[in-house]
Amino acid sequence: MGIEEHLGYNVLTTTLEKLVDWGRKSSLWPATFGLACCAIEMICTAANRWDIARFGMEAFRASPRQADVIIIAGTVVKKMMPAIQRVYDQMSEPKWVIAMGACATSGGIFDSYAVVQGIDKYLPVDVYVPGCPPRPEGLLYGILKLHEQILKDPFLTQKYKESLQARREVAA
Amino acid sequence: MNQTQALQRTETMQLNVGPSHPSTHGVLRVLVELDGELIVSADPDIGFLHRGIEKMCEYRTYHKCLPLMNRVDYLAGEVNNFGFCLAVEKLLAIEVPKRAQYIRVMIVELTRIASHLFWLGTHGHDLGAMTPLFYCFREREKIMDLCEMASGARMFPLYFRIGGLAADLPEGFLPAAADFVKSFDKLWKDYDALLTENIIWKERTVGVGAMSAADALDWGWSGPMARGSGVDWDLRRDNPYSSYEEFEFVVPLGTKEGDTYSRYLVRMQEMLQSNRIVKQALDKIAATEPGDIKCPDPRVSLPPKELVYTDIAALINHFKLIQEGITPPAGEVYQAIEAPKGEMGFYIVSDGGPQPLRVKVRTPSFVVLSSLDKLAKGRLLSDLIALIGTMDIVLADVDR
Amino acid sequence: MNKAVALLEEKFPEEVVEVVEFRGDTTIEVKPERIVEICTALRDNHETAFRYLSMIAGMDYSPASPRFGVVYNLYCHKHHNRITLRARLADDLAPAIDSVATVWSTAIWHEREAYDMMGIRFNGHPDLRRILMPEDWVGHPQRKDYPLRGH
Repeated sequence: MGIEEHLGYNVLTTTLEKLVDWGRKSSLWPATFGLACCAIEMICTAANRWDIARFGMEAFRASPRQADVIIIAGTVVKKMMPAIQRVYDQMSEPKWVIAMGACATSGGIFDSYAVVQGIDKYLPVDVYVPGCPPRPEGLLYGILKLHEQILKDPFLTQKYKESLQARREVAA
Repeated sequence: MNQTQALQRTETMQLNVGPSHPSTHGVLRVLVELDGELIVSADPDIGFLHRGIEKMCEYRTYHKCLPLMNRVDYLAGEVNNFGFCLAVEKLLAIEVPKRAQYIRVMIVELTRIASHLFWLGTHGHDLGAMTPLFYCFREREKIMDLCEMASGARMFPLYFRIGGLAADLPEGFLPAAADFVKSFDKLWKDYDALLTENIIWKERTVGVGAMSAADALDWGWSGPMARGSGVDWDLRRDNPYSSYEEFEFVVPLGTKEGDTYSRYLVRMQEMLQSNRIVKQALDKIAATEPGDIKCPDPRVSLPPKELVYTDIAALINHFKLIQEGITPPAGEVYQAIEAPKGEMGFYIVSDGGPQPLRVKVRTPSFVVLSSLDKLAKGRLLSDLIALIGTMDIVLADVDR
Repeated sequence: MNKAVALLEEKFPEEVVEVVEFRGDTTIEVKPERIVEICTALRDNHETAFRYLSMIAGMDYSPASPRFGVVYNLYCHKHHNRITLRARLADDLAPAIDSVATVWSTAIWHEREAYDMMGIRFNGHPDLRRILMPEDWVGHPQRKDYPLRGH
């Protein structure tokens, strides 16, 4: 407050953590990971009516190295699981996971021998979007919830706290 | 020089395309053996979306199989249910009221247009034409809105029931559908203008994936794939079901090359013909009695609520239908329909109980994909993407 | 359809077990031993001309015996008619039948699926391996004794 009064309207002050979090959430690039029917609604979300480019996310990256979020859209079949694990491992930090649809959340209506009952058995999921398939508005709502999570991500304060704790332990 | 030549050797390269790939239309893995850029062999590895739908049907009553069937070809959700309901109605030997038949035809043809629009958008996108994708999705959204108006859901309306429909069309549906029909022919000209005479499009598609008519039949091709190769066959015209014999439409055939461009032309014309059928269906629906949308046979349909509350026989009938479901007689039937991708067949074996003994879904994408190696041999790697696109495969249709 | 029954009863009288007409469909149950000759005859005969194989389905009729069966659905474009062939396999423990991949190329993948899902071996198949399940999967999922949720 005080310093801003002197600097006028040309300078904005904030914490580094908030700035980085804002930058991260404003252009989360998804990895192309449509598996089944939910992929169609995901493509509809990226198409003209529910333009995901408004959120800076229209650049679906085929290479996981360049992707920030993986939207598991569709049924996770046991045969496909190693490929999903590989793609997730190849994504660089920071990375998030959205489980889109009933099948990714919990196996959906497919309680059978070939289907993994939820991707959270293998990957850490940040947002679950229910639906079969969720409407594009539903997916956008899930993405906005992820944005909220990212904005509150205390990655620097966490690191600072952990390093302070480590130094205290060494001193003690 | 001789020593260098002696040390040189060439070998082919194994390239793994997929299962996570932007252009394979889903989770398809193709093991490609390459000699430089030329494909020596292309072996599709499928099963990455095999969910066990056929086995799950054996543990459910016939009605409970409908949500599973919707998700077999997810681009044309209600068409799968159409085939399944027709197969069970054949097994039961019941007659669906005319109004329900016309509404079914209308919804199925609208879904066919939606499926072809999605195919056009993604096929174009794979080959570098990004604009048609947005044009096609604009129309597809209108069809999704119509489906949502009728049933509440966009992709998987689950609107058909064994014996007819879940409910009659809501008010406002017929004028909205008429608006769509009127506007579609003009909007179709946009896609035509973008691609049909486009030099780059023709370079990428003419001569790619040519198949003769005899080979097409040998490899089990049906639908637009077979018609693109000159096979004059359409199940709606040749083995009509659900009042298709009352509709006037032309079955488009491809050029004599039988290549990817020929199949593109066939599907484009099919969209126009489907629009023509929807226009006729709207007139026919308007001429029928509203409300008459389910076969009144007590083995299949719930009795009207007033009777359930007053008549004991109707109450018991209602109870048995909800508890047990439909129990067709023992026997087996095969019902094939003209799905947007080809012949979709349902082979249902009943043992007289409420759950089917076996449901086998004959899907067109599975059959067409088996000929990928034959089509891809000797072509460039980029043609592989054109071939996968022209086959119009949906991986849930392939794997079930 | 009558032409197909007539042809089979004339050329392969001992192979025909049963002819069923149900809801307008004709199903002919044949013995599995000479299936390739039967299919070739149905395909090449001018009257029947079943040049198109729609599908091959592996069947498990448990608890009935013989347990396994193979069902073929053929279509004739000349007359726009269909016929279903059914063959019950004698051996319950190691079901096997000759492959019709030489008659219709489309049978290659249908037979692979029947092998993968039911465990029926097709003698003479050019490439008999699993198609839908992973290569190292144990068991044949569509068999009646295989649990729905797997092991």
